[in-house]
Formats: sequence, structure tokens, C-alpha cells
Amino acid sequence: MKKDYRFNQYYKSLNVFSIALILLSLIFLIFKGLNYGVDFKGGTLIEIRVETEKPDIEVLRSSFNKLNLGKISIKNFGSDNDFVVKFKRDELNDPEFIENLQRNLSQELNQDFSFRRVENVGPKVSSELLKAGVTAICLSLMAMLIYIWIRFEWQFSVGAIAALFHDVIITLGIFSALGLEINLSIVAAVLTIVGYSMNDTVVIYDRVRENLKKYSDIKIFDLTNLSINETLSRTIITSSTTLLALLSIFLFGGEILKGFSLAMILGVILGTYSSIFIANPLLVSFKVSQKTVLKEDN
Amino acid sequence: MVSSSNFLDLDLDKQKKIKLGLDLQGGSYLLLELDNEPVIKQKLQSKLLEIKDYFKKNKIKILSLKFDDKLIKLKVSKDDVEKISEIFSDKESTINPYYFQYKAHQLDVKINGDVFNLELSKYGIILIKNASLDQAIEIVRKRVDEVGTNEPNILKRGNDRILLELPGLDNPDRIKSLLGKTADLAFRLESKSSNESFGTEKLKLIETGEELLLSKRVIISGDNLVDASPRMDSLNNQTVVSFTLDRVGSKRFAQATKRNIGTRLAIVLDGQIISAPVIKDVIAGGSGQISGGFTFQSATDLALLLRSGALPAPLNIIEERTVGPDLGQDSINAGILSLIIGFLLVIGFMTLKYRIFGIIANLTLIINLILLISILTLLEATLTLPGIAGIILTVGMAVDANVLIFERIKEETSKEKNNLIAFDNGYSKSKITILDANITTIIAAIILFIFGSGPVKGFSITLCVGILTTLFSVFFIARLLTSIYVKINKHKEIIIK
Repeated sequence: MKKDYRFNQYYKSLNVFSIALILLSLIFLIFKGLNYGVDFKGGTLIEIRVETEKPDIEVLRSSFNKLNLGKISIKNFGSDNDFVVKFKRDELNDPEFIENLQRNLSQELNQDFSFRRVENVGPKVSSELLKAGVTAICLSLMAMLIYIWIRFEWQFSVGAIAALFHDVIITLGIFSALGLEINLSIVAAVLTIVGYSMNDTVVIYDRVRENLKKYSDIKIFDLTNLSINETLSRTIITSSTTLLALLSIFLFGGEILKGFSLAMILGVILGTYSSIFIANPLLVSFKVSQKTVLKEDN
Repeated sequence: MVSSSNFLDLDLDKQKKIKLGLDLQGGSYLLLELDNEPVIKQKLQSKLLEIKDYFKKNKIKILSLKFDDKLIKLKVSKDDVEKISEIFSDKESTINPYYFQYKAHQLDVKINGDVFNLELSKYGIILIKNASLDQAIEIVRKRVDEVGTNEPNILKRGNDRILLELPGLDNPDRIKSLLGKTADLAFRLESKSSNESFGTEKLKLIETGEELLLSKRVIISGDNLVDASPRMDSLNNQTVVSFTLDRVGSKRFAQATKRNIGTRLAIVLDGQIISAPVIKDVIAGGSGQISGGFTFQSATDLALLLRSGALPAPLNIIEERTVGPDLGQDSINAGILSLIIGFLLVIGFMTLKYRIFGIIANLTLIINLILLISILTLLEATLTLPGIAGIILTVGMAVDANVLIFERIKEETSKEKNNLIAFDNGYSKSKITILDANITTIIAAIILFIFGSGPVKGFSITLCVGILTTLFSVFFIARLLTSIYVKINKHKEIIIK
């Protein structure tokens, strides 16, 4: 079964589409910003389970509001009985804080409840974590750039990195648009997306390079198309199995992994798309030819 | 325990087990920061005394002297400038020690005409911080051990932080309140004069709020204590903390009580007076008791703090994460359920897609998983919830290498009639691609390992090990299985769908 789809016909229109998506993401990132969780913003997070049938979030909210915690945010978390409460607190040193909170809350709220998880992150640590996260993402992009530079020609390196930026920016843009929380595990997801998207691009690029050496008479425009078709079944199968695994985490892995798996799912879809429709058209724009890759062998 | 946890307790030699992270078994993670400012100030202060002594001995006159928390300013006679600057830059001198390993002195000396500006150097400060951190870790360990938690993990982070992991502890409040106290104990006498002067200080009595003027001279400090325990005082049914002093301490205590009968003796803890009884008689036995309206719990805590000793500086909690045991168990269950479902989905997909070769890929995947879990066990790595996600992701991505090879073989068989050669070509031609593709993921995982913290680190570990076991299982196990199959069907046409 020989595949021969005309991917290269869509290079231009999809590039316009991608640029529009990137711009839209940037607009969201600049004007709406990211919804940082306590990891990066500092403050206190409490996961609370209320042991009554169908507890009312408004009752819980008004009970919390009576405790003078400043501005609080409260959201349902997974099941009907679980909620996540977040508020700002700079002083973490009061050892009785949580105990007092638990006692005061039980007076306000006439329902059985338990704290399942408590996270307190001080302002110093949260700014350090944010810095470490940004550094890690930048460093991974740089490491990829260098690795591809060593293994391929610079045109490939630029193409691969452009695809990576595309994936990372749009993933973050979607998180910004939907107001989804950015925490440590999202940084982990972004780094894994970087690895995965690169992996996907490398497989196609490897084939492009091989074909460049093999065929001197095919222009890069058609040669990329040929290479994409030759690696297409692999691309589809690998993204399918990866997506199946991620879907399983998303659906059954619990609430804590939801954001992580969602980011990864977006990243895998974007990564697969970008290694075909971003990484390849760029090789065409750079007018990569047989000469480009043969230089390397001398 | 629920049976699912046995799955993770995969025993290899009965000793090594996959450790579960705090997010899975429940527990507390605390990051503490030592506030070293007072320590540094104190160090510089004692340095100043040392310098004054040294100059006196060497007959160097100090014309004027200024000291703020970080800087010493010495004005000297112009004739002495050269001599003093030699003393400070002497690598053998004890007054400004030279650290050969850092190639730096303890003090940075700046000369401005006849004024010397002395500051602790960068390495001078680092060494002070390290010493203070080492001391603090010892004390933290003692206090945590006394509370008796299950396998606490106490680690140094940088030069002023301590990471404390307390598995199984779902309410860290007691530990937090114990670590929040410096426990700097001092027995001091009430001053006889009534107005404040250089050698005295006004402090508050906790119970009554009454203010007492105390002499700054410390008669005995926490260092002199050899033991402390809570006790019930049978005379008035009060809970007290009884203590025993070392030899030096008992001698000094006896002398002080003998000379000051009728004066109040204040027991000062972290700048507050716990109690201030009037000395009625000589206390010579080297033991005594502190009363101060304690409950049994507060007396127990105080005794514990006194036994473990004083922290060199206050500890601040800058990060805290606590997971209750039931959430941990829920996470384990969800993690395993999604692992099993993800695994079945991938296996089903591969079987449908590749039939006989799909089964080979699936066998490889199973061996890969067993290898992955065994290696994590051997490394005694900590398995976290993101770590389980890493394993599931490995399941999804591991088939990639096999798919690359199968697709390549498919192409080769259409050109090459000899099955053996076609298969061999398939393997050798896809090798570079597979390596390239996996190295990129490994790079990302390593960066995540370096910069990530806590549970996320667990993810990077499983991802890294997962890639290595994938490469191994594909190039050794899958290759062996396919070659057996190809040899059996050497002369038949082999079709990979």
C-alpha cells in the first residue's frame, strides 16, 4: 500500500493558519497571561473533601469567606465531594495555622470534612520555581538546537526549533485562553512535548536527508512530500499509541494528572502536525538541496 | 493495605523495593531556611574582639572604631597603615585566615587613607553558613527523631536550606512547631539596679506579661544541660520540666544560687521569660526543675527541645506540601488503573495493526516494562504519581522504535527478495533514526531531572530509564524474536501489514 498524499499543497495555507494561531496565542499570553498555581505564584492550596452528599460549593465558599483569609478561590476538583481552595499567605511560619483553620472551619461549616492535601509555597520559593521552570524550558530548546545542529545542517536545526516554538507557544496559548492552571507538572509536560515533537521531526528529517542523497532530480518541495509519505504510517501509529496512553492518564489517572495529560495531548497533536507542516516547508524556504547535505560528508 | 500496592512492592531480593514518593504514600515535605543574619553579625562581632586583642598585644593603637551589622571601620594612625595591611594579607595569620581551597581570605579588607573597612568575604560567609547549617541539621535530626516519625529524610539544600521529608505524617503541625523554636535557653539573674544600662535588658514573663530587668550575663545555658524530662511535681500537682546539668553547669549554678539568695532567677527561652522564681536556697545537686504553667504536652515539648539543643539561628518554613494517606492511596489506584488501561489499549492497537509482528512488539513491550520496573527497583528510585505517568508514556512511545523498524522492513521487502537481507537492512537502516529520536527525549528528561523538584523528578527518572530499556528491548529482544520468525519463514513471502 503505497501512500501518496499531496501534503505540500497545503504548506502555504497551513503556514498562514499556524502563524495566526501563534499570534492569537501570543495575544492571550501577553494580555490575559497564564493562570499560575501556588507553585509559581506562592500561597496556600488546600484540597478538601466534604463528606456529605452533594455538598454546596456556595456554602463552603461562605464558610471560608468568614475566616478572614483574604481573597480565596474555590473550585470543584474531580468528584462532587472534592474541592480545591486557594488563597494568598506570605507568612508560613505559624505552625498552628492549618490546625486553627481546620477548627474554625468546622465551626462555620456543619459538615464532616477532611484536608486531603495542603501546599504552602512561600514567595521566595515560588519565584525560584518559576525561574527554574523557565530556565529548564529555554535550556531544553537550546540543547535541541545544538543537537540537531551537530546531527544535521543548520537549515534543519532552524526548522526543527521553529516547530518546537510553534508547539510550546500554542500549547501555552491554549492554557492561557482556557485559564487552565500552570504548575510544576505543566512544565514537565512542556519539556516532554519538546522531546516528543523533536523526536517526530527528527524521524522525518532523517528521511529527507536520506532522500536528498538518493535523488538529485527531485526538488525539495516534492522531496519533503515524498519523505512525509514514506514515514507517514510510523507517524500515525506512534502518535496514536502515545495518544492512547495519554488518554488513559487523562481519563483514569486522577484529577492531579489532568492538566499534565491535557498539555501532553495538545503537545503530541501539535508536535505531529508541526513536524509535517512547519518543519518541512521551512526546508523548502531555505532551498535545501542535495548540495546542502553532501557538504557534510566531505 | 489494598492489594494493588503489592504490585509496586515488587521484591527482587527482599530488601530492595520501589520507594513510593510522598504524593503516593502520604506524608509531609518541608523546606526550611536558616536565617543566618544574626549568626553572621555575631561572628563579625567576635572577630572585632579578636582584632582588638591582637592589636593590643602588638601595641597598635585604634583611634576610632565603628561597627554596624556587616562592616567594621577602624581608624588607625597613619604610621601603622602598612603594618596592619601586612597583617591582614598574611596568609599564615589567624586574624584573617586564608582558605587555600577557595584562594580567599575570611575578611575583605579595603583601605581608605587611614581607615580600614573590614567585611566578611563571600567565602567567609559561605563557611559560616555551612558550619551553621551542619549544626542545624544535627539539631533538626535530633528533634525529628525524638518525635519518632517513620524513616524521615533530612537533606542539605544549598548552604542555608534543609529539606525534610516525613513519610506517613499527615499532620506536620507538631514537627513544625518544634522546628520553629530556636530553643536558646539561658538562666539569668534579675538586675539589682533599677534602670536600664548596657549590661541589662528588659524581658517579658510569658505567663503574666510582667517585665523584668535582667542582667545580660548568662549563668548557665542550654549547652550545660545533659538531660531534661517532663515530670509531675507531687507538691502542687503541677507539670514541670526537670533537668540535669553537666559538671561545669552544676558548679556554676551552685555558686550563683549561693551568692544570690533572695534574688529572682529568670529562665529565658528565645528571648522570653518562662518563669522567674526567687532563689530560696543553694542548688548544689546539679539538677532542678522549671515550672511555668505547663500542660503535659508543652512540658514534653520543652523537654524535647532542651534535650536536642539550640539551633544556631532561627529556621523558617518556606515551602510545605502535605498529602494525606487516603489521597495517596487514591493516586496509587488511579495511576495503576490508567497504566493497565493504557497498556491494554496500546497492545490491542498494535495487534490489530501488525498481527504477528504486533505480538512481537507487544512481547517486547512487556519485557520492557518488567525491565523498567526492575531497574527502578535496583536504583531504589522513588516512584511518584508523575513517575507512573512517565511509565504509561513510555508504554505509548516505546512501540515507536519497533514501528520504525517494521515500516523500514516493509520497504526493504518490496525491493529485496531475500527475507534475511531485507530484515537485516531494516534494522541497520533504522538504527540511526531511532537513536537520534530517542536522544532528544533523553535530553529533555535530563534537563527536567536537573531543574525539576519533588514528584516531577520522579517523572524524569522513569522517562529516562524507560527510554534506555526501550532501546535495549528493541535492539536485543525484539530483534531476537523477529530473527527467529524470519528464519522459520525464510522462503515464504512475509507481509507486514
